[in-house]
Amino acid sequence: MSLIATLARLEAVHSGRAQPGATVRHRHLSDRPLVFVPLTTAGEAGAPLGALVGADRRAPRLLAVPQPRDRDLRFAFLAELADVMLPYVDSFAGVVEAAERTDTDPETGKRVKVEVELCADAPQLIVPSRAGIEFVRLLGRSMRFRRTAEQDPEAPHPAPPRVPLLGRWLTHFGERARVPGSSLLLALSDVLAQHWTTGQSGLEDQHLGALLAWIAPPGGASGAEAALRAELERDAAGQLRCPPAGPATDPAFDNKLLAPAIERYDRARQALAAAEDGLTADDRLGALTTAERDVLALVETCALPTWEKVWDGLDLLRTLPEGAHVAERWTRDRWSFTGHRDRILAGEPPQPRRDDAVTAAGKLAAREREQARLDAQEALDDPLVMAGRRLAGEAFAGEVVDVVMAYGEGKRPSPRPLVTVRTEDRPHLAERAKVYRSLGGRPQSAQCVAEEEEGTLLVLRILDKMGRGKEPEAGSVPEKGDLVCFTLFEHEQRGGAKLPDPEQTPWTHGGPPGEESVPEAPDPVTEEDVL
Amino acid sequence: MTAPARPTEAGPRPAPDPGAAAARATAAILRDTLHGTDRGVVVDSPPGAGKSTLVVRAALELAAAGRPLMVVAQTNAQVDDLVLRLAEKEPGLPVGRLHSSDADPYDKALDGLANVRKSAKAADLAGLDVVVSTAAKWAHVKVDEPWRHAIVDEAYQMRSDALLAVAGLFERALFVGDPGQLDPFTIVGGEQWAGLSYDPSASAVTTLLAHNPELPQHRLPVSWRLPASAAPLVSDAFYPYTPFRSGTAAGDRRLAFAVPSDGSGPDRVIDEAAASGWGLLELPARHTPRTDPEAVRALAAVVRRLLERGGAATSERSADPAPLTADRIAVGTAHRDQAAAVRAELVRLGVTDVTVDTANRLQGREFDVTVVLHPLSGRPDATAFHLETGRLCVLASRHRHACVVVCRAGVTELLDDHPSTEPVQLGVTVKFPDGWEANHAVLARLHEHRVPWRP
Repeated sequence: MSLIATLARLEAVHSGRAQPGATVRHRHLSDRPLVFVPLTTAGEAGAPLGALVGADRRAPRLLAVPQPRDRDLRFAFLAELADVMLPYVDSFAGVVEAAERTDTDPETGKRVKVEVELCADAPQLIVPSRAGIEFVRLLGRSMRFRRTAEQDPEAPHPAPPRVPLLGRWLTHFGERARVPGSSLLLALSDVLAQHWTTGQSGLEDQHLGALLAWIAPPGGASGAEAALRAELERDAAGQLRCPPAGPATDPAFDNKLLAPAIERYDRARQALAAAEDGLTADDRLGALTTAERDVLALVETCALPTWEKVWDGLDLLRTLPEGAHVAERWTRDRWSFTGHRDRILAGEPPQPRRDDAVTAAGKLAAREREQARLDAQEALDDPLVMAGRRLAGEAFAGEVVDVVMAYGEGKRPSPRPLVTVRTEDRPHLAERAKVYRSLGGRPQSAQCVAEEEEGTLLVLRILDKMGRGKEPEAGSVPEKGDLVCFTLFEHEQRGGAKLPDPEQTPWTHGGPPGEESVPEAPDPVTEEDVL
Repeated sequence: MTAPARPTEAGPRPAPDPGAAAARATAAILRDTLHGTDRGVVVDSPPGAGKSTLVVRAALELAAAGRPLMVVAQTNAQVDDLVLRLAEKEPGLPVGRLHSSDADPYDKALDGLANVRKSAKAADLAGLDVVVSTAAKWAHVKVDEPWRHAIVDEAYQMRSDALLAVAGLFERALFVGDPGQLDPFTIVGGEQWAGLSYDPSASAVTTLLAHNPELPQHRLPVSWRLPASAAPLVSDAFYPYTPFRSGTAAGDRRLAFAVPSDGSGPDRVIDEAAASGWGLLELPARHTPRTDPEAVRALAAVVRRLLERGGAATSERSADPAPLTADRIAVGTAHRDQAAAVRAELVRLGVTDVTVDTANRLQGREFDVTVVLHPLSGRPDATAFHLETGRLCVLASRHRHACVVVCRAGVTELLDDHPSTEPVQLGVTVKFPDGWEANHAVLARLHEHRVPWRP
């Protein structure tokens, strides 16, 4: 934890309220996000219990699986989920704008600009917590290799249409969420914890109720008390007043309410199957419907508080103005969305189970670049984040106390003015270290040539962005009295080296990937798959 | 860091002679490299075992055999160092230094070498016997015809994805590195690839051997850097299954001071380290911020007294003692802000030219005396970063004569309170010894040389 985060936590404990961790919002928020509050079955990985999902706070769609171990019911649930999610995703796929992309021409091998479509906006999925993102990935993995009856008429348990497609989209969302700074799929508790610092640990911040209690404690209570209540308070029946944000549910809920309800459902179903005449069957069908409605109602009581909290959290985030670089990062999310839309339209197979060596290396390099870019952009967008970097010795701010014109040694003397900055910060400057400041959104670099008066006076030689002439362009050199902020980190990232094509994977990495991994077969159905 | 094979003096010493053992290992490596049929040869080298000498020698022999050679190192400093060593050994050899297009891309000392050509473009260096560059720069090079041979230096510190980017440039390669030092890492999570043979954030050697388990693997058995007092500790704690020994005997290295001790903590720990090779300056137990001011002052005080007391280091290198000067002393820390704090304190005391850096940046370097801030000193918790075996190994194996560790009391209890809790990933070979075990082993030995001090 950085020093400034530690200080903010101490202040939060002291004051009883969460402290600002940012002055602007560092993530894009869609005008029309799709909120997804999933619940899962205890002890049964990948068996959804139910969900609230929707883009309208007043009209959540309630989905539930009355017997989570029944694969047919699970598929019915997933098909319903696809009916909600896919139209939402599709509504963004059709609205496009023209854009340019640099591509390698297959014939000449040259880099050329090509006109392509870029979706004007992209869908945004909001889940309550980090575990929700994992669950989205899990759902995606469990669905994308399924075959529908149309794709494979021989399949013994065909998936409903559109379920594999939803699996591919959820996989894309889950994979994109691993890219630092992306906003296609956000865990609300992570975003809130980035913008507000509470007086509890990072692990405790994962509890959405406790986190919101610190940020906006109800009725003037202290954040610590409100958070404790959110975590522990139970009603007369022993149920949590603020159920966990999921997807895991509270054991007391599982044991006392859910398990008996599911058992009633099972019994009603068996009774219906055993009915011998139409009249009894009608009665028993009624009992089954009641039992099913009971499970549904339980899922709703468990998920609804979280649903409300997610929208409260979104409202809180909307009170912050958007950071300057957020739109640029969202554009990259739109590219990512458009790219996956095109891959689906082109009939490409689902994402492979495992990345090959080249894809994995490419993704890792891209994520490292994005992380460095994100760190720089958040600091440039937000003085509070920059303050943290200054405190860590990675940046310094101060007043220009002197500017001396000087020239470089080249054939054509170019301006290399020396700027003296007085600062109270303690940057960890190595000898002749390069530093950068933002000049109209573009980084200007300088070199630290001397430290005077115990490091409170820094002499910097400005190196670029002063135009081509002998005299620097107006406004390109700081003037005496200016307040400036320089960073030790670069503002922009260079592109990485080009990796070989997957077919050219070298011998050190096992050679080109084998053919067998290209069209992935679904997992074979085992006895345990079917009850 | 190397010594020629020397005849042994009298005295109890494990047979055979370390010089002979090292020479035999080197000969086998060169045989496999020059005449073997495998596409790769892997050499594990403990700290100071003559890795750079081996690289230079292999490069010269490959060049002499008429095989165009590319050398891949990890940092620009390592590349410049290699070029200088090559030129020193064989001034007539045409060597290319491929560098970046940044300002000051290489050590200015290279400008004085007649047969070293420097360029930012690989095409300018075509046809030279040996071309040396960093992995990052090589990754941008495109060739029609791959090099016949490559040497990859510090291969355990190279990431698998970096090897992927350059492996197409060569047909065969010699991979040299120290498995005990810091593993490569990534700042973004790479768990999704954990367990894959080509996990991009794993080390290059891990991936190479996972796909080519039949490659010959060699080991350099003798550390010429570490004194007889240090080699057993470092070998036992960090290389329990691949032990090595010191190339020198107990009496070969001596550290003496002209000015006697003034009885203070720093002076007592200096005397202890001079006598035994190790010293632990133990400050009272306390939870502190990372840049613990008392520990920083203690580190600086030890450095200042080392210089003030007129140290003289006697070693096998020369008959006369060499003065212990500032450039022969290093301070090692875990974090950059700690290093910055120590630097500032040394400036305040008027001490200059002492290297102060983090474990990452001290890798591959050598000094007479090191003063180390223990990574766990003053911490309330033992995170994976601070427990990492490689970090402690680097800090404890940079010295030729003595190592002084500055630490708050209570680290043993801290370790007992924080057993390793890293998640176990399927398919990933568990590294042993883990940081917990290695830390305990080192602390147990250091406690024998403990000097408690309340500043």
